[in-house]
Amino acid sequence: MKKWLKLSLWIVLIVLVGIQFVPVQRNEIEPVTNADFIEHYESPVVIGNIIRASCYDCHSNQTKYPWYSNVQPIGFLLQNHISEGKSELNLSEFGLLSNRMKRTKLKSILSQIDNDKMPMPSYLFLHSEAKLDSLKKTLLVSYFDSILVDIDR
Amino acid sequence: MKKSNSILTLALLASISFSLIACANKKSTDHGNGVHDHSAMNHKAEDEISDVSVVETSENKSISQLIDQYLVIKNALVQDDARAAASAGQKLAEAASSIDLNTFEASKQSEIKEILEVVKEHGEHIAKSEIAHQREHFEGMAKDFMDLLAITGTDRTLYQQYCPMYDKGKGGSWLSDSQEIKNPLFGSKMLTCGSVKETISMK
Repeated sequence: MKKWLKLSLWIVLIVLVGIQFVPVQRNEIEPVTNADFIEHYESPVVIGNIIRASCYDCHSNQTKYPWYSNVQPIGFLLQNHISEGKSELNLSEFGLLSNRMKRTKLKSILSQIDNDKMPMPSYLFLHSEAKLDSLKKTLLVSYFDSILVDIDR
Repeated sequence: MKKSNSILTLALLASISFSLIACANKKSTDHGNGVHDHSAMNHKAEDEISDVSVVETSENKSISQLIDQYLVIKNALVQDDARAAASAGQKLAEAASSIDLNTFEASKQSEIKEILEVVKEHGEHIAKSEIAHQREHFEGMAKDFMDLLAITGTDRTLYQQYCPMYDKGKGGSWLSDSQEIKNPLFGSKMLTCGSVKETISMK
């Protein structure tokens, strides 16, 4: 029994150390373009800062990685999460969408924020700066609403 | 003793398979952004459909499947059946991507393409969400669907119906193949809220 235990622990350790060397593609290389939501709509600085802090880690090409993203398998998990978030909504490429798709995405954004579904609780657990208090929430909702109205015109 | 062994083995297997999965997932990263460039935007259908009660369009059967699945989702939501709605949502998304744009006039293709992309998006969300979210997406595509019918024509008479109470009083629309009101946005909670706003029929 003891032998087994020891052997298994060693193998777990080796695997854990081993996966630290598997390269993870990072989501931070691409430069900001005109298609970027904040650039595209020339958002006010205050609004832009809230959107960057609360949405951009998972919904843009510019993730700000925490230190523990260098520890595997946490890094793998994060990367998975980010690509999922980007496939739903990539604010870095928002300007490239058709007006119709922009409206669709904006309605989803509004409903997610309004119903406190985004930013996700599991994300807020480690990113308190991303939390939308009622003031930030009101600001964002009325801002996104105004953009939606502009597209409808 | 044996038990602790098997637990260890399990943990080991789990960590190995986990790292394998993580590696495999990495490869599929950063591709499916679903973003396409539409440099030439067509604003035609952006104009509101006027409040006329009868809209006559040409007959067109190429979008029959799309209308079929839309109505399956509607009926499922009327009956509060999230599972049936989800499977029809999947089929709707598939139908939206399988329509051949070349069967339409060249000048209409870009607009139709944009509508179908949005319908596909809604279908995919209906396929994987709980019922309140399904209803949100179902309501969200009503206008796109009507825009599409205005451009392509329809294969049957449809009724645009409207319930002013949906979404905290903001109101919501849907299409039905029957004049009778059965509300898919509330289901059994408020089955009869709504009225017919528009009839979409063939010339």
